[in-house]
Amino acid sequence: MNIVVCIKQVPDTAEVRINPETNTLIREGVPSIINPYDMHAIEAGLQLREKAGGKVTVITMGPPQAESALRDAISMGADDAVLLTDRAFAGSDTWATSYTLAKAVEKLGADMVICGKQAIDGDTAQVGPEMAEFLNIPHISYVRKTEAIEADSIRVQRLMDEGYDIVESSLPVLLTVVKELNEPRLPSLKGKMAAKKAEIRKWSSPDLGADAGKIGLKGSPTQVKNIFAPEAKKDRKILEGTLEEQVGALVRELGSLKCV
Amino acid sequence: MRIVVTSDKCSGCESCVDSCPYTAIVMKEGKAYINEYCQLCRACLGVCPEGAIKEVLEEGESPAPRESRVEDYSGVWIFAEQRGGKVASVAYELLGAGRRLADERRSELSAVLLGASEAEARELIRWGADRVYLSHDPIYEHFNDEPYAEMLSLLIKEHRPEIVLAGATPIGRSFFPRVAAKLWTGLTADCTSLEIDKETGNLLQVRPAFGGNIMATILCPNNRPQMATVRPRVMKRGRYDEGKKGDIIHVDAQGLSSRTRVIQTIREVSEIAVNLQEVDIIVSGGRGLGDAKGFKLLEELAEVLGGAVGASRAAVDEGWVPYSHQVGQTGKTVCPKIYIACGISGAVQHLVGMQSSDIIIAINKNPDAPIFNVATYGIVGDVYEIVPMLIKKIKEGKG
Repeated sequence: MNIVVCIKQVPDTAEVRINPETNTLIREGVPSIINPYDMHAIEAGLQLREKAGGKVTVITMGPPQAESALRDAISMGADDAVLLTDRAFAGSDTWATSYTLAKAVEKLGADMVICGKQAIDGDTAQVGPEMAEFLNIPHISYVRKTEAIEADSIRVQRLMDEGYDIVESSLPVLLTVVKELNEPRLPSLKGKMAAKKAEIRKWSSPDLGADAGKIGLKGSPTQVKNIFAPEAKKDRKILEGTLEEQVGALVRELGSLKCV
Repeated sequence: MRIVVTSDKCSGCESCVDSCPYTAIVMKEGKAYINEYCQLCRACLGVCPEGAIKEVLEEGESPAPRESRVEDYSGVWIFAEQRGGKVASVAYELLGAGRRLADERRSELSAVLLGASEAEARELIRWGADRVYLSHDPIYEHFNDEPYAEMLSLLIKEHRPEIVLAGATPIGRSFFPRVAAKLWTGLTADCTSLEIDKETGNLLQVRPAFGGNIMATILCPNNRPQMATVRPRVMKRGRYDEGKKGDIIHVDAQGLSSRTRVIQTIREVSEIAVNLQEVDIIVSGGRGLGDAKGFKLLEELAEVLGGAVGASRAAVDEGWVPYSHQVGQTGKTVCPKIYIACGISGAVQHLVGMQSSDIIIAINKNPDAPIFNVATYGIVGDVYEIVPMLIKKIKEGKG
């Protein structure tokens, strides 16, 4: 079984703080990591390979530095990795990103494509389903458990708002996975050695045979107009006195609003 | 397009460095330099006091594709999600937002309803829709992405609405991207505000980005429809009009197929999670509590107030409370009458999930914690000192 896992290198947004004076991001010392959901996608790929045999190829689109994320994936046990990198990819929104990744998956050929449910920097959860559409294959979002895998079908649990669905799909299929699915393994010593030695292929736009009008900024229907820090609330009330007095004033305020 | 720094103009003041949300501007030999992390978000344009940062279009480059003629599209649509034949509450909220946008554009508001009865369609009209496209067929009984995406795409191609909204639910977030991919148009996830740009008529879509640390306004200027998802409890319902008239248009589901199949649907409702979006008072805890025991104290306060207990991502990540309590960008969006944040610093990832609460009370040791920026009332101090005091005084008041 040919398994392709799509990952993204992201800044660790849990580490990002806002400078209250300038309202800008404090970025010093914020490390780049593999998007946490994608760690579960890699693990899912490795487990499927263990069950059904085959090969796990990890791909990412990004700047040359994203190569380190691919090496990390190889250290976990992935067989192969491809970096999609080209200045022409810059400025891609989810539409152009999905198109580009789909071109790479097409070139690799896949029975199964696995993505994390979303990336923690953009949080859109759109790239997986959009890719499935470009590949003209079915997809199942929010997979939390694999129940069965056959040569031509898969049965999984899909997380929903009020429980879960058991869903079956023909192959090839694209899955987006949630954290409940598995516990990502740590790199083994052998994996680390392999990661060091691995030759990471780099594909540019011409390598993918991509339509130049569908990649990067040109292929992106959405544009960022501006970025701003969230507003502060305007009806702030200051409480004064000792802690005890402040708490008392608060309870009185709430009482007068008939909240308590 | 590229964004470049004109080195000769750069004075090395570094004011652009902090403006970049992607950490793509670095100083090299005293001059600003834009590296490969640049996402062309334009946040740095206009920041430079010397005017050294500018965008450069490369030869033959137009900013975005022009598949569709923008002026051929009109009307606002919402996708009315149903579960078990019953329209989900988020659909009525979308009608509230959609009505406002349609009125501003002097156009009509339509809803698309797949797999529910005419009675449900009529209810959508009373909540503001002028028209409902209703397709009722066994294929919609369970949610499968392909038939949903196929039907909505067909309807959009035929009727050409300029705006299409859906709930940012597991269903909306899963199949809406397929529709955007099919139609070569933009989709903006989890919008917290939708307004019409008075000059251009474009939809201004505001959403949290970068883990919720910043807000971004997104445009889809050259493609149609402009598609967006909105989380439940973010938009307000509009006016309910018992006597409102509207058209129900029946649409045939013929020719739809699905390569996925739902074998079984299992309900597994966590009472707390449901509660969080329905209670009037939420007492929430964060990393500042120090350990899981802090939540016992918060439970006590919640009980006295008749509320529920929420948590920040930090507290959930620490394992102090289950994920079902999580409020924020990656948890629930809540909007109670009172939100009490205890030991929560207020990372924007948390704020986006609770800042529309009517009254926010912040209790935190650190007077500089960003949570105080959104708080109606703030008390600087130790949660373990203040919360027991609060419980005591409320009990006294009640007694």
